[in-house]
Order: sequence, then structure tokens, then C-alpha cells
Amino acid sequence: MTAGFVELDRVRLQYREGDEFALDQTSMTIKEGEFVAVVGPSGCGKSSLMKLVTGLMPPTEGTVIVNGQEVTDPISIVGMAFQASTLLPWRTTLQNVMLPLEIVQPHRSRLRRHRTEYEDKARALLAEVGLSGCEDKHPWELSGGMQQRANLCRALIHEPRLLMLDEPFGALDAFTREELWDTLQALWMEHRFTVILVTHDLREAAYLADTIYVMSKRPGRILEVRKNDIPRPRDQDTSFTQPFVDLVHELRDHIRTVRAT
Amino acid sequence: MSTTSNAASTRPPAAAPASGETAADTAAKPTRAATASAPPARKRRPMLKRVADHKGAKRAAPWVTTLGLFVVWELAVRGFDVPQSVLPTASESFAAIWTYRDAIWMHAAQTLFTTVVGFAVAVVFGLVLGALVGSSRTIYDALNPMLIGFNSVPKVAVVPILVMWFGIGTVPAILTAFLISFFPIVVNVATGLATLEPELRDVLRSLGATRRDILMKVGFPRAMPFFFASLKIAITLAFVGSVLSETVASDLGVGYLMISASSKFNMPLLFAGLLVIAAMGIAMYELFNQIERRSTRWATRGSGGQ
Repeated sequence: MTAGFVELDRVRLQYREGDEFALDQTSMTIKEGEFVAVVGPSGCGKSSLMKLVTGLMPPTEGTVIVNGQEVTDPISIVGMAFQASTLLPWRTTLQNVMLPLEIVQPHRSRLRRHRTEYEDKARALLAEVGLSGCEDKHPWELSGGMQQRANLCRALIHEPRLLMLDEPFGALDAFTREELWDTLQALWMEHRFTVILVTHDLREAAYLADTIYVMSKRPGRILEVRKNDIPRPRDQDTSFTQPFVDLVHELRDHIRTVRAT
Repeated sequence: MSTTSNAASTRPPAAAPASGETAADTAAKPTRAATASAPPARKRRPMLKRVADHKGAKRAAPWVTTLGLFVVWELAVRGFDVPQSVLPTASESFAAIWTYRDAIWMHAAQTLFTTVVGFAVAVVFGLVLGALVGSSRTIYDALNPMLIGFNSVPKVAVVPILVMWFGIGTVPAILTAFLISFFPIVVNVATGLATLEPELRDVLRSLGATRRDILMKVGFPRAMPFFFASLKIAITLAFVGSVLSETVASDLGVGYLMISASSKFNMPLLFAGLLVIAAMGIAMYELFNQIERRSTRWATRGSGGQ
């Protein structure tokens, strides 16, 4: 058996005893550095998957292995970002991005003495997503797209090896969203962390992912694993090419059958 | 006070002036609104608004209304020929403040002292208890009925007990001020702590944050607007408590001054006492209002920034 970086083995998840399973017989093998998208109808347990992999919730049955170790508690090699940016309004953008450093070891104990070094790192990361000059602004002074960029930086500042994204661009307008796809792709190609992106936007999945998992309605199961070999870097023009359009159609058909059953 | 709910960062500025919103609304939907009754109303409203929004008018407004109240009071008493033993005029009450200024000064100082001390104890106690109640569901469930029950007991019924324990005077006044004012602080701090966004909690927990981390990094800063809002309520309640205790069991303080004035049928002095308490209340409220504005600018950015 080739061990993946993230490995789910016949995982079932039940929130309370007697409840319907949120996830059922879910197995996944994700290689280190792979960009994975999970798509499915709403309520299919995509968010439960987030909680399982990050160790916020233990599986009812089966095992979750990340980086060779079974996940039982929260693991700090992971960064997370949600649809709501949840930036803290009393902190500046820079302070928001640096929040994880105040929590995760070994940065936590190094932060006081190496503050400028860490600040430079945060500034560099902000520059990478196009937020130079916004360091000292408060989140409410930023647009929704800028907030999500800062949110990505916060998720990445402690150099996690696994990035978990739960519909991070769901609340943005179409243009901003597509800009952020490019931002995320550039970040990923530069740093090569592993990504699990939960989304209901099929174009987003096709644009960003190496592998796309299609999930069923509740109880969530994985119905289809689709490799996506469209060459990178993908750009707006790619999304009008035939392979891309075909892939989106194929995914669309899957979702349609899932919803119909 | 805006209750910084979920996604505080993404929500529109907190308190846009209500009149401005309606005006913008009508302008945005001309088809329906304009055909109804808008045109004449719309012509008048901006002018009124312009006067009302004038910077000087904003400054003057509270003074004008307060002065207006006194004028109405004065004219009504004179106009209806109300005897002084029922209701003195505003001018008679103010004259009484001047006449009895030495006594009032001494008693007001005492009331202010007991109020502020009781309030200070309430702040410390309220913060600690609020933190406990807000950070743990079990503690919340355990303490909540007791807190509500305690808050429902009229404090005037507690004063005799305090007198039995501590004698009359300063201590019961301080304790009553404390007892009456800690509750809103507890409730608000607990609410601020308990309404943390679940996503944010997940982000922090996944990083390995302890309960204490979450409380210090997010919980307390987030609860600050709630805390300061409660201080404004609590300080005015503290006056209620101390004066109440003074009227029942003390030989010092504005409450006592009013009781003794009442036994001498000195109506102007009674009203002078009321005015002094009200003035102290307003002053303390405004003090905490300013502190709130300065320390939690991020929460009042819609109205505070100008």
C-alpha cells in the first residue's frame, strides 16, 4: 500500500448516536503537494470532511492518517480558511495574518525575540497576494476579495503542509473569485503545500485541482475520483478550452444524477 | 450599541443615521416611492435634515432639549399655579441647590464616593464572573438561575439585612450599589464571550490553541464593546443602589439629604437632590461613553469616525 500524505480509510462520521451518518465509507488517498477538490451537493458532509482531517472531530469508524500519524487531536501542520474571512476587526491586516504565529509552536516562543523577521515574512506573503500597502489597514477597510486574500495569508503564515479550504470564495462576486483562483494557484505553485478545497463551484474545482472527488448526498460517500491533467498554470483562457469545458460538463452530469437520486 | 455579530469585519458600517438610510432608499427605488407621496416630502426633508445634521446643531441639541425641559417645567408650574408643596418650579429647585450648596456638596461627595466604590467592585466581580459564565457552558447552566433569581430580588429588601450586618452608613450603600450594578456587566461579558464565531474557533483550535489562548486572543477583545456598553448601564444603576441605601439607612449622602428634606416639607431641596443625582449620573455615563469610544473604535466605526 502506498501511503499518502492524507489517508482516509473507510471513515464513517456520525455527529450523535442514532443520527444519520454525515460521512459513510469514505476513503481517500492524497499525495503530498497534491491539489484536491471535493465537490458535491449541499449538505453532503463536505464540511465534516474538514473537521475530520484537521482533527477537530474524531471519526466514528475508520481511521484518518495525516503525515503518517493517526489524527486524534487538532494538528498544527494544517492551515484553514472558510467562506467568512473571520478576520479580527480590532487588529490590523498584518496583525491578523500573524495571529497563528502567536499560537503555533515553535513560532510562539520565538515570536517575541524575532518579531521583525516574522513581520517581514508576513509582509512578503501579503505582497505575494497583492496586498502590499494594506498591512496597517483594518479588515473593515478592505473589500471582500482583499479580506479573503488576507485570510489566505493567515492560513499560510505558519507554513502549514496542508491547507484546508471550505468554500473560501463562495461569498465573492464572479470576477473577484476568478482573480483569487489565480492568486491561490500562484501561491500553491510557489509553495507546493497540499490542498483540500471543498467547493460547490465546479469550474473552481476544474480550474484549481489535480484530483476532483465527487460526493453523494447524505450520507456522504465518494462516488467518483476524477484526475484533472489540464496543464498548469491554468488561466482564464484555459477555462474556455475544450478539455476544461468537457470536464465541467462531466462533473455537472455527476452532480445532476446525485441530486436526482 | 451594535452587537458585533458574526463576521463583524464584513458587515456594513454599524449605525448609519436612520434618516439618511430612508432617504437613500427612496432615491434608490424611484419608481414606486415617487408615484406615492414622495415629491413634496422629499423637497422638505433634505432641508430639515440639513439643519439637523449641522455640526453646531448636533452639539447644541442635548443642551437645547434639557433647557427646554426646564422651561416647560417652569411655565407649567406657574401657568397652572401648582403650589410649591406639590411641585416647585425649576428655578426654585436650582435656587435650592445654591442655597444649600455646602450641605449638597458634602452629601453629593459621599454619594459619588459610595457609588464609584460599589461600581468598581462590580466591574471586577462582573468581569471575573462574566468570564467564567461566558467561557463554559456548564458554569453557565450552573449559575444562571441563581444569577437571575438574585437579580430579581428588589435591592431595597436587601438593605435592612446589610444594615444588620454592617450598621448604617457607607458600607451598605457601597454594597447596594455593587449588588445592583454587577448583573448587566456579567451578562454582557458572558454574551460577548459566548458569541464567538464557530469558524474562528475551529481555525484557532486546529492550530492547537488552548481555551485560554482563545479567550485571550479573541474572546476578551471581542467582548470589550459589550463590556463597555454594560459599564454605562451599570454606573447609572450604581447611583440607584447607593441613593436607595442612603434613603433607607444612612445619615449621609444625597438620599439621606432628600429624606430629611422631605420630613421638613422642603420640596425645592428634594428636587435639588434629584437634579444633583441626575447630573452626576449623566457625567459618569458620559465619562464611560468617552472611554468606550476611545478603546473600542473598531466596533463603533460607523458612528464614531465622523
